[in-house]
Amino acid sequence: MRPRLRRRNTTSDEREFFGPVVPDGLWLKCPRCRELVYAREFERNLSVCPRCNYHARLTARQRIALTADPGSFVEWDANLVAADPLGFVALGEPYSEKIREAYQRSGEREALVTGSATIRGVRVALAVCEFGFLGASMGSVFGEKFARAAERAVEQGQPLIVFASSGGARMHEGVYSLFQLPKTIVAVEMLSEARLPFIAVLVDPCYGGVTASFATIADLILAEPGAMIGFAGPRVIEQVTRQKLPAGFQSAEFLLEHGMIDAIVPRHRLREELAYFVQLLTGLHSNMPTVPAHRQESKG
Amino acid sequence: MTTRTAWERVQLARHLARPHTLDYIAELLDEPRELHGDRLYRDDPAIVAAIGRFGAEPVVVIGHQKGASTAENVKRNFGMPKPEGYRKAIRILQLAEKFRLPVVTFIDTPAADPGLESEERGQAWAISSCLRTLLGVRVPTVGVVIGEGGSGGALALAVCDRLLMLENAIFAVASPEACAAILWRDAGRAPEAAETMRITAEDLHRFGIADEVIPEPVPAHLDASGVIRRVGSVLQRHLTELQRIWQEHGPESLRRFRWARYRAIGMWSEETIEQALD
Repeated sequence: MRPRLRRRNTTSDEREFFGPVVPDGLWLKCPRCRELVYAREFERNLSVCPRCNYHARLTARQRIALTADPGSFVEWDANLVAADPLGFVALGEPYSEKIREAYQRSGEREALVTGSATIRGVRVALAVCEFGFLGASMGSVFGEKFARAAERAVEQGQPLIVFASSGGARMHEGVYSLFQLPKTIVAVEMLSEARLPFIAVLVDPCYGGVTASFATIADLILAEPGAMIGFAGPRVIEQVTRQKLPAGFQSAEFLLEHGMIDAIVPRHRLREELAYFVQLLTGLHSNMPTVPAHRQESKG
Repeated sequence: MTTRTAWERVQLARHLARPHTLDYIAELLDEPRELHGDRLYRDDPAIVAAIGRFGAEPVVVIGHQKGASTAENVKRNFGMPKPEGYRKAIRILQLAEKFRLPVVTFIDTPAADPGLESEERGQAWAISSCLRTLLGVRVPTVGVVIGEGGSGGALALAVCDRLLMLENAIFAVASPEACAAILWRDAGRAPEAAETMRITAEDLHRFGIADEVIPEPVPAHLDASGVIRRVGSVLQRHLTELQRIWQEHGPESLRRFRWARYRAIGMWSEETIEQALD
């Protein structure tokens, strides 16, 4: 059987996802299986290698385009930008300069993009990490945007879905970075009190404070195949233990086996699975505002 | 308050002879009893827990435990808890909540254990659950950073109603060595990193993250019982205040205040639309 994505005609959200059309005749080398892949085929397959199922990293905007119904995403708090609480300078470069560079490189003002969208007609709040912005390190703006997203979700009676990815702490913000962990946890407690589902999708790579806070207290924890997930990074572990790490260590599959996540969901199934889980969880409470209309809509 | 460089304070915070959690428990509690185990896997010697009387009142104490010698440090994993340590803390916090006992925590760890087994057993999961539990308990909580406050592994026991720091204690998102290695690719520049990272008790007090700095007229390793007694009296004052709030506003009040407190930490700026478009 052919993969279903190749069978489909290009939909508008796929066009949104791909961005400018990839020129014909361009080939990419899969970083995992080293096979040459026709670039357009790779992109059409949602940046998943059609040969070995390698899930390449996506930008936050690509994630949103892939997850939200076309045109439904409304961004929140895009005007929050990092301050420099420590007056941090490393190698002659002030933090503010670092932020500017990250903005120019990624097109994002922070490492977390938040907003509201529908997924197959179901209204949800979204929080998506941008690894291209300083390795999706969690600074004050990240924490604040996450907390506000959770609070808006509570106000509007919407579930929160987060795509979690991070390389670790925002060193430049010192302890402020560290104290975003409790901040995000408190925000999740607000959702819990309102009995609104909070679903975390762990995507490659997911480490440090993000994994040790909101991402791992979610009601449901999903992961993409092959995603690397952990507390300490593999290099740190190898340095400290002077041991070679076993193959597959800290992969999504490893975590599933060790009982840390609910399920691994391939990228092309994520959207449907998220919508389905949200419907099941919110369907338990008939007095919840988001449920009845959307449940019927999605049956069609 | 004495004047010392951040790097000097790092050395003092890590001093082998500095009093550790069990010293505080022995000195401050009447008839303490240590409680062991997470009821799931094993007892982690890097986190200790005890119950006993502090003044007239029973309290629960949880803290990181470093060793006073290399041999003891090997046994205690240099105060670096594994998931079972945090799960022990969670169990003891639930015990405290059930019997309405105030909680005192002592923070003193370089980091959570970064080993293979810890990852296998869900280190990140254990830390986030511990944070959630400590943030949510309906009893008064006071944390004291008595030495090294190393990153998430320290934070897991620190998110209390009140956070106190000894003058020569530090609290950092990463060790100065790690920070120097990451930012300057040179761990040798740790003294400089220590300064840049703003990790001293004075810094955290200025940021509003620490509520009070407890002076060490003489560094704690040279006057253990003096410093412990001083910590005891400050603790007593904060616990009394919290208990008053608890009685006046009900059992739910403390965690509401606590949530508001941790919700508010951070520094950012909000641009206008014009600035954002610029």
